[in-house]
Amino acid sequence: MPPKPVSLLNATALQRALVRIAHEIAERNEAGADVVLVGIQQGGVHLARRLAQTLAGIWNQTVLVGTLDVAMHRDDLAGRIPPAVHPTEIPFDLNGKTVVLVDDVLFTGRTVRAALDALLDLGRPKRIQLAVLIDRGHRELPIKADFVGKNTPTSSQERIDVQLSEEGGEDAVTIMKL
Amino acid sequence: MSWTRKHLLDIESLSATELTTLLDTAKAFKAVGERAIKKVPALRGKTVVNLFIEPSTRTRISFELAAMRLSADVINFSAEASSFKKGETLKDTARNLEALNADVIIIRHAASGAPHFLSRVVSSNIINAGDGAHEHPTQALLDTFTVRERKGKIAGLNVTILGDILYSRVARSNIWALTKLGAKVTLCGPSTLVPRVFEQMGCRVTHNVDEAIADADVINLLRIQHERQRKAMFPSLAEYTNLFGLTKARFARTKPDALIMHPGPINRGVEIDSDVADCDRSVILEQVTNGLAVRMATLFLVCGGRGPQEIAG
Repeated sequence: MPPKPVSLLNATALQRALVRIAHEIAERNEAGADVVLVGIQQGGVHLARRLAQTLAGIWNQTVLVGTLDVAMHRDDLAGRIPPAVHPTEIPFDLNGKTVVLVDDVLFTGRTVRAALDALLDLGRPKRIQLAVLIDRGHRELPIKADFVGKNTPTSSQERIDVQLSEEGGEDAVTIMKL
Repeated sequence: MSWTRKHLLDIESLSATELTTLLDTAKAFKAVGERAIKKVPALRGKTVVNLFIEPSTRTRISFELAAMRLSADVINFSAEASSFKKGETLKDTARNLEALNADVIIIRHAASGAPHFLSRVVSSNIINAGDGAHEHPTQALLDTFTVRERKGKIAGLNVTILGDILYSRVARSNIWALTKLGAKVTLCGPSTLVPRVFEQMGCRVTHNVDEAIADADVINLLRIQHERQRKAMFPSLAEYTNLFGLTKARFARTKPDALIMHPGPINRGVEIDSDVADCDRSVILEQVTNGLAVRMATLFLVCGGRGPQEIAG
């Protein structure tokens, strides 16, 4: 029998989690003037745009959003098929900014490690914070998220899928045994 | 995204999807070259060997810089300073490089098929940087990349390759890449240098330059390789210029948005008029920039493993 995906977040819960994260970001970074969001390709890109929209409403000002690809900064190229390289687009100066890195799922922490290196090649932000929709545990590096939509204990035999309406279909987060 | 090859030996065996993957990857690497920090750690700890048995400066330097920008260590091995002079075979040289744990060997050789041979006798990743009259894959990739960037597409374009095509690996690789991606290729030059046999590769062959350039979206000029006994092939360089050179008069009759390309080094006043080479439709220097991006992408892709595609975050 093929494994069946189990729902972790439905569309309403996902949206609620993002709004809460946005408020937490706003609370932590009062003025907001120097806060920019950077979504990690590919899972974090749409989430970063949505968070920026909510934050713009809270702060009543535009919030800049960039995208960051980490394929060139990963440490496991030899271990797998070369990953697709997506564009990195950060059309603003990172120096002195507070950067909120955004990703969908925090797992081993290796993507975030690569993202930190990639980001520091592009400038010297004042500080970097991390926002993730799902923290599923199993960290292999000393990395911790500042803002978490949902903590979900998982086994390494499970897979988490984040679907967003920007890609068609409905917002949903599901978990499935492999 | 689909890339599972260990080597880049030729364009002929690549699918259109693989070509597109290479071009898309190169696009991301081009952006790296435009940053303040032009280096990424993708190939950190890898050793790349430039094994250039046939002299070359620009291709070798381009590969060398590409490898450095990926954080690999690079050594250069040239025919003049090597053990070839002492009678060592290509196989033994390559085995010696392998014994030094070279991860990637970039080879240029006067014999067609030398890279394919190497890929069978050593376990390193092999990249063909030009083998005899056979292929020069990264040149075709950078030409195709430049066209795609300027024109937004390849399919449906009329591309004319003009010049010394008979022994040109650049022409062969370009023909494969362009036709696989849906362009219409016309070859033109003196009949001694552009034989009809190229029609078998799916090209149009003409010896009338005005006809060849009239509806071309891209004109790729190949250098007259006068160091390779071209004297018997046409009467004189001046006559070549008269009959086939891209002079100002001919340039004026091209489509107003036709791109002018040349793999370099250019012979000003022979195959191309000096002012035409410097005009705003000439993308000759962009080709050089794009060559770096394409070679970074090639190194990155051949160094990938064969493990799962999925990224565990």
